[in-house]
Amino acid sequence: MPTSNITFGKTGSAIKVIPVDEVSLEARAASLATRSIKTNSKRAALHLSIRCMDLTTLEGADTPEKVASLCQKAKRPDPSNHDVPSVAAVCIYPEMVHYAVKATEGSNVKVASVAGAFPSGLSTIEARIADIADAVKRGADEIDIVLNRSAFLAGDEQRAFEEIVASKDACGEAHLKVILEVGELGSYDKIRQASMLAMTAGADFIKTSTGKISQASSLPRVLCMAEAVRDFAYQTNISVGIKAAGGIRTAKQAWHYLVVIGETLGTEWLNPEMFRIGASGLLNDVLLQLNRLDSGSYSGPDYVTVD
Amino acid sequence: MSGKIPIAKTYKLFINGAFPRSESGRTFSVDNPEGELIANVSQASRKDFREAVRAARSAQSPWASRTAYNRGQILYRVAEMLESRKIEFVELLKNIGLNSKAAKSEVEEAIHRWVWYAGWSDKYSQVLGSVNPVSGPYFNFTVPEPTGVVGIIAPAEPSMMGLVSRLAPAIVSGNTVVVVSQGQSSLTSITIGEVLATSDVPEGVVNILTGDQSELLPWMIGHMDVNAVDISGISPETDHTLLEEASLNVKRVVSRKVEEESLELISDFLEMKTIWHPVGR
Repeated sequence: MPTSNITFGKTGSAIKVIPVDEVSLEARAASLATRSIKTNSKRAALHLSIRCMDLTTLEGADTPEKVASLCQKAKRPDPSNHDVPSVAAVCIYPEMVHYAVKATEGSNVKVASVAGAFPSGLSTIEARIADIADAVKRGADEIDIVLNRSAFLAGDEQRAFEEIVASKDACGEAHLKVILEVGELGSYDKIRQASMLAMTAGADFIKTSTGKISQASSLPRVLCMAEAVRDFAYQTNISVGIKAAGGIRTAKQAWHYLVVIGETLGTEWLNPEMFRIGASGLLNDVLLQLNRLDSGSYSGPDYVTVD
Repeated sequence: MSGKIPIAKTYKLFINGAFPRSESGRTFSVDNPEGELIANVSQASRKDFREAVRAARSAQSPWASRTAYNRGQILYRVAEMLESRKIEFVELLKNIGLNSKAAKSEVEEAIHRWVWYAGWSDKYSQVLGSVNPVSGPYFNFTVPEPTGVVGIIAPAEPSMMGLVSRLAPAIVSGNTVVVVSQGQSSLTSITIGEVLATSDVPEGVVNILTGDQSELLPWMIGHMDVNAVDISGISPETDHTLLEEASLNVKRVVSRKVEEESLELISDFLEMKTIWHPVGR
């Protein structure tokens, strides 16, 4: 089987990446999306998707109050129902970390901050490292950085690799998620290469997208990344997490992702330590679906918060 | 050339400006009075209803925020399109058992009624709204606003007048609707859907489902995102305790006769908003 030749690694040695069969990948993703999930399994899937959710606000218009109310929602998504779990984390800009840390104090909700010249990643590496270190210092538990697509697509994989290694160092105890921005990579081969590169460089999580471009997460792209994670785990015994983000708005989409992860990586990945969904509007739809299961009649947007 | 294959029309649902089949894959047949098959029609499920409400909800605010003048223009355009397909409607009604004269007069009356309501678009608010005298330095006025998403069980007889009489007064003020049509009237309803789809009516403003009202009614009554239900076409055997569910989200429940044509029918689906505005001295 032909392999793509890309060169990166701590010693500069070539890491071989098997090309992706695009047609089979898309067919498999489509077939996994046809699975029907009903009643009790549906409730479990909805709860799991809340537990794995990174509730996100990444707007220029974010204010401390908006972040505080997001944190309240993260802790108690449905104040009228104690059975509904809290989400995994809130995902915000570094400037807002301080407020989020304060608002989530005493809860299980983690604070994830984007850093490193999000969303393009195109500032000097020194500035990006300082940005990461600053977010960690402010109290972020998790750091979401972006892959240097510019270097990666120009063929300078070694540089993209070393930047992630340096970012990982700057994170210290904080978990590092590396955003590949799959919509800008152009092919499944590149997605697989970038996944391997990020995992080899020490990412704790690989993440699909920034949510800032229209081409975001999709089932086949996440399947492609999940297969890379699986193969990486076989080769190295290291389990890397996956985060799907961008364009996930409905509960149905969320459980399609759960199916893809469960079928590709096994149930060990179906928990917030190994799988995350980054979204802002999704939580409301999941709450409406839970409401529908409990009440037996369809609910509507009047019965959830306006975010 | 003789021996051409007859091409029969597939009657599908009308949801969000498109004509999908039912997600359930079900159909029912519509026969003429002689018992011959006229067409197979999609039978909507509760999930089709859910999708239709979602479409109606997202279309509601943009439709209501159009100017009254523009809504009137669009409804008038619908009348023009109905007029241009008059022969088709007459044929449809003849197929389900009306004689030529009755069919022609029903189609003409229906178009006339549609235009009558279209004309109210930029007038009902002046007639129903008011400036109220109050004892204080306030400018106090009342304006009508659309209720929101309206579920309609359209009267099956007469099929064209039944739908037009209930649809036009609901949408003229900025409500959006999900219609459930049944039996023989399904054919006329979906054909009206085709007219709406080509008349600049924004997608989602009118959604038409064909199927079994006894199956869909509980979902319509119980749906928390439906603000009013029109049960004019409800079958007399319906268990009326079912309607109590409408109180869950304080739905308006309306029932009218097909003969009625008045401004009151527009106000069935309006909410009155009163504003107190301080005036300086």
